[in-house]
Order: sequence, then structure tokens, then C-alpha cells
Amino acid sequence: MSLLQKPWIWSWIGTLAVCLVIIGISGLGAGTQVLSAALSFGTFFVIVAIGQMFVVTLGPGNVDLSIPACMTLASTVAMKVMGGSSTMLLPGLLIAIAIGTIIGLLNFGLIRLLRIPPIIATLSSSFLFQSTAIWYNRGLRVKPPEPLADFATAKLAGVPLLAILVLVLTVIMHVILHHSLFGRAVLAVGQNSRAASLAGIKVERTRLLTYLTSAVLAAICGFFLAGFSGGAALNMGEEYLLMSIAVVVIGGTSVAGGFANLPGLWGASLFMFLLVTMLNTLGLSAGIRLILTGAIIVGVIAISGRRGRT
Amino acid sequence: MIARLLTPHSLRTLLPAVSLAALLAAIFYLQPRTMSYFGLNLLLNLAVPIALATVAQMFILCVNDLDLSLGAFISLTACITATWLHDTPLLGALALAGCVLAYAGLGALIHLRNLPSIVVTLGMSFVWMGIAVLILPTPGGKAPDWIRSLMTLKPALIPFPIIALVVLGGIVQIALMRSAPGVVLRGAGGNPQSVARAGWSILRVKMIMFGLAGLFGVLAGMALVGLTTSADANIALRYTLLSIAGVILGGGEFTGGRISPIGAVIGAVTLALAGSFLSFLRLNPDWQIGAQGAILILVLALRVIINRTAAKS
Repeated sequence: MSLLQKPWIWSWIGTLAVCLVIIGISGLGAGTQVLSAALSFGTFFVIVAIGQMFVVTLGPGNVDLSIPACMTLASTVAMKVMGGSSTMLLPGLLIAIAIGTIIGLLNFGLIRLLRIPPIIATLSSSFLFQSTAIWYNRGLRVKPPEPLADFATAKLAGVPLLAILVLVLTVIMHVILHHSLFGRAVLAVGQNSRAASLAGIKVERTRLLTYLTSAVLAAICGFFLAGFSGGAALNMGEEYLLMSIAVVVIGGTSVAGGFANLPGLWGASLFMFLLVTMLNTLGLSAGIRLILTGAIIVGVIAISGRRGRT
Repeated sequence: MIARLLTPHSLRTLLPAVSLAALLAAIFYLQPRTMSYFGLNLLLNLAVPIALATVAQMFILCVNDLDLSLGAFISLTACITATWLHDTPLLGALALAGCVLAYAGLGALIHLRNLPSIVVTLGMSFVWMGIAVLILPTPGGKAPDWIRSLMTLKPALIPFPIIALVVLGGIVQIALMRSAPGVVLRGAGGNPQSVARAGWSILRVKMIMFGLAGLFGVLAGMALVGLTTSADANIALRYTLLSIAGVILGGGEFTGGRISPIGAVIGAVTLALAGSFLSFLRLNPDWQIGAQGAILILVLALRVIINRTAAKS
């Protein structure tokens, strides 16, 4: 298959184009700065998008809408437990992961026991998680421990440390998706869950693991995002609902399920961030920026959309 | 008679109404003063725009799509209502008509390019929000007088919201469930291939359904402004999730064109009342959203139990 036929290539072409526009407007120096920022922010998109990609790949109707609530709840509780003390770092991270695990189990439990579409299950559970976070947080913004903030904003030769780690995670998930039993089971279930089940794949166990992965990654993302942005806030996950889905789709993963790829997640994350930055640099008003962002998302999907549903 | 009423099938149909009745009874018990003309008016006022939004979402769900931009769209129509429709009625009416057409166009785009509606509507939510911000950068505007006086109408005996909700549910129920075109529209959700083979254009069906959703979205925005008297660009964002939850609460399904218009209205009212119920319980307002989730889960759990007993018998 030639490079142009790879499903993820379009997100990278888009990224390159937007990149050139930004450099054209504000020069090479500012351009590299923007690129560094894109890596910082794009990293967080990628973390949640990996989980969302596995969920979406399970097939039509599979979307995790509880990602923002999960991020908020996990980071709020973790930040409050740590209370800014650096000795509590590890317990804090473990608590965030534990909350992600519980949320993943609850989501799957609702889908399985109530036999409702995952969209509704994760939607109604996210109401509960969001309320729990509001009740627990009381509107306070607890500062992250210093080492966490340093770690989340650290740079290695101009490249954000987190971006490097998430790149490693992406490679691992790539191997898991294409070469492990679990990854191949996810793809098989997405392509035809009945055939997969007849072939001896444990469909329900695959679904459980997928929703667990998504929730745990969202919790970890929330944990580091709170470190990155100076604390957990109740609305911190808001834009991640749209972003996680948009990044997965623009990255070339099929919305109909069964076909996924990881390189596209990076391309699409950088594209989304750079797009917003470009519209900012053009000096447009907030309204025009929103309209263009939406129009470009819809446009990209309309142009590239057909291939995914074959 | 009683035995006939207690079959799983009729239980399933009655479940939304029973849930609403239980909630209402609990509210009356906690705060008997709501059991008056004035009390019911206050209690059910905001249920009218939510019900309109839920019916809009129902049209989309009926053709196996999902609209995640409805809240932003209703915010936009509310902004248009509070500004252009108030200042220059002709321009306002044209803009609102344009909104409906845009929705029909969206349905065409989704069908022709075979796109996932979730992603398209998520993208469109930005567009609607952007236009709303352009029209009304800061909260404000003013409701047109005729909408204001319609929404604050005080008919004798029965409070206006109840009449509005019954009329809404009744009209949509008859049009969609009892008419010939309604059957085709629902059939396109149940089995698009067979409806297409029978000679109907699925493209037209999608455009009609999305257009109807746009129309009811516009009505929801107008009703909302009639109640709040002014608008802002974020006024109805939470309606997206409320409307989906309302349809499901009312017995609708995600696929296959299985919907219930009356149920959707009942579902919307149930969700709207859930908030009041909690405040009467003197429960922490932090749990408002959570309670809506809990009610949703509870009703869905009841539905599963009913379905299981149906499978056994």
C-alpha cells in the first residue's frame, strides 16, 4: 500500500499545511515555539484519544462519553488527597488510576447489565461522576505538588518530556493493537462481533478491557493535565469530549469500527491544536474562530469520510 | 382488565408515565403547595423548551442518527429570537427559517457522504456556537412581546405548560405514529433498504427528519427566550444531553426507528422535574446532574427487568 493510501496520512498533510501557514504568518522562530506548544497540548489529546480509539473500534454505537467526567473526578480526588505534598505523589497517581478502573468497570457493568447502548451508559454514568466531582471539590482549585507540576511541564531539548513518554505509550499501544491477542480481538469484534464470537473470541471480556483502558487513560490524562495547568478544575475535561472523538476520526480510524491506527492520533491532535492556534494568529474574533474550527472539522470529515464506512 | 394491563408489553409502554407519576407524587408529598395552579405553572414552565428539544432529538434518533449539537443550535435560535426577531421581525424570521434549512442540509450531507452523525454534529456545534457569539457577544437581548405573552399565558383552570405539553405530544404522536407519511419516516429508521426498495427516497426522508428537528429546535429556542426574557450564547448547551436522555427515558431506542413521541415528552418532563424534586428534598444542589443520571439508570434498569420477564413468559 502506498503512503498516500494510509488512512492516517491526511491528518499529517493537514498538520503540515497549517504549520506552513503559521510559519508564513509569524516567522520561523515563532513557528517552532508554536510547534513546541502543540506538542505539549497535543499530548493530552493523544492520551484520551488512544482510549477513545479502542472504544470506537469496537463497532457502531461504541463511544465513551464519560471521558471528561472521568478526567475531572480522577484529578480532583488525586489533587485533594495529595494536598500539594510531594511525598503523596505515588499514592495520588495510584488513586487516579484506581478511580479510572472503577469508572471503567461501572461503564461496562451498565452496558452489560442494562443492555443499553454504550453512548447512553457512559452518558448517564458521566452525570454521576461529574456530580461526585462537584460535590467533592466544592469549587476549590487544589494546587498540584511541585514535582508533578515540574514533571508535567519539563522539556528535554525543547521537546516536552510528557510528549516523549506518550510517544513511547503510542508505540506500545500500536504493538498491542496490531500484534497482541487483545488488540486483534478488538479489531475482530469491530469488524463483525458475531463472527468474532463464533471464532472463539471472548467478546465481552474484550469490551470490558477496552472500556477499562479508556477510563484509566482518561484518569491518567486528568492527573497530568492537573499538574500541567496548575490544578484540577471542574471544567477541565470539557473540550476533551469533542477532541477525543474528532482526533480519532480525523486520524483515520473508522467510525464504523474494526479499523484503527495510532499514527493518525498524533497527526490529528497536532492538527487540531495548530488549527486553533492558526485562527488565533490570524487575529479573528472568538465567534469566527469557532465557526471556522467547526467548519474545518466537518469539511475534513466530509472529504475523507467515505472510505471509513466500507 | 387488570391482568391485561400487567403484561410486560403494556408495562413497558406505561413505564415512562408511571415514573413521571411517581416523581410528581413525591414532589406533591414533599411540597403540597405545588399542587396548585400557580405551583404547577412554576414547576412545569421550563419543561416546555426541554420537551421541544427532546422531540427534536427524537426525529434524529428515529433515523438512526444522533445530534450532539442540539444544545448549541437551540442557544443560537434563542439568540436570534432575542435579537433579530425582536428588533427586525422579518430578518429574524428569515434567519430562523434558514436555521431549519441548514438542518435539512445537514441531513442531506450526512446521508449523501455516509458520514457519522456524531462527528458531523459535534463539529457543527462549534459553528452554531460561533454564530451565536457573533450575534450576541454578551448575554442580553429581549424576548419579542408576543412570545413573552404566549409563554406567560394564564388560561382558566389548566396551567399553560400542561396544555402546551399535551398538545405537543399529541400532535407529534398522531403525525408520526398514525399517519401514512409518518410510517414511511419511521420505516426509514427501521429498515432503510426496504423503504428504499419500495420506492421512497431515503435522502428525502433524512432531510425531512433533520428539517423537523431543526424546526423543533427553533421552537425550543423561542420558548426558552419567552421564559427567560433574554438570551446568551451558552443558554441551552445542556439541552444536548438532556434531550438524548429524555428520548431514551420515554421508551425510545437508539436504532430501528423505535420511538414514542408521547414518551419523549414525558421523559423530558421527568428530567425537568428531577431538579425540583431534589431541591424539595433539600439535597445538595451539587447532586442535580447526578440525580438525572441516576433516574436514567433506574428507569433503564426497570426496563431490563420488564424485558426479562417478557422473555420468560
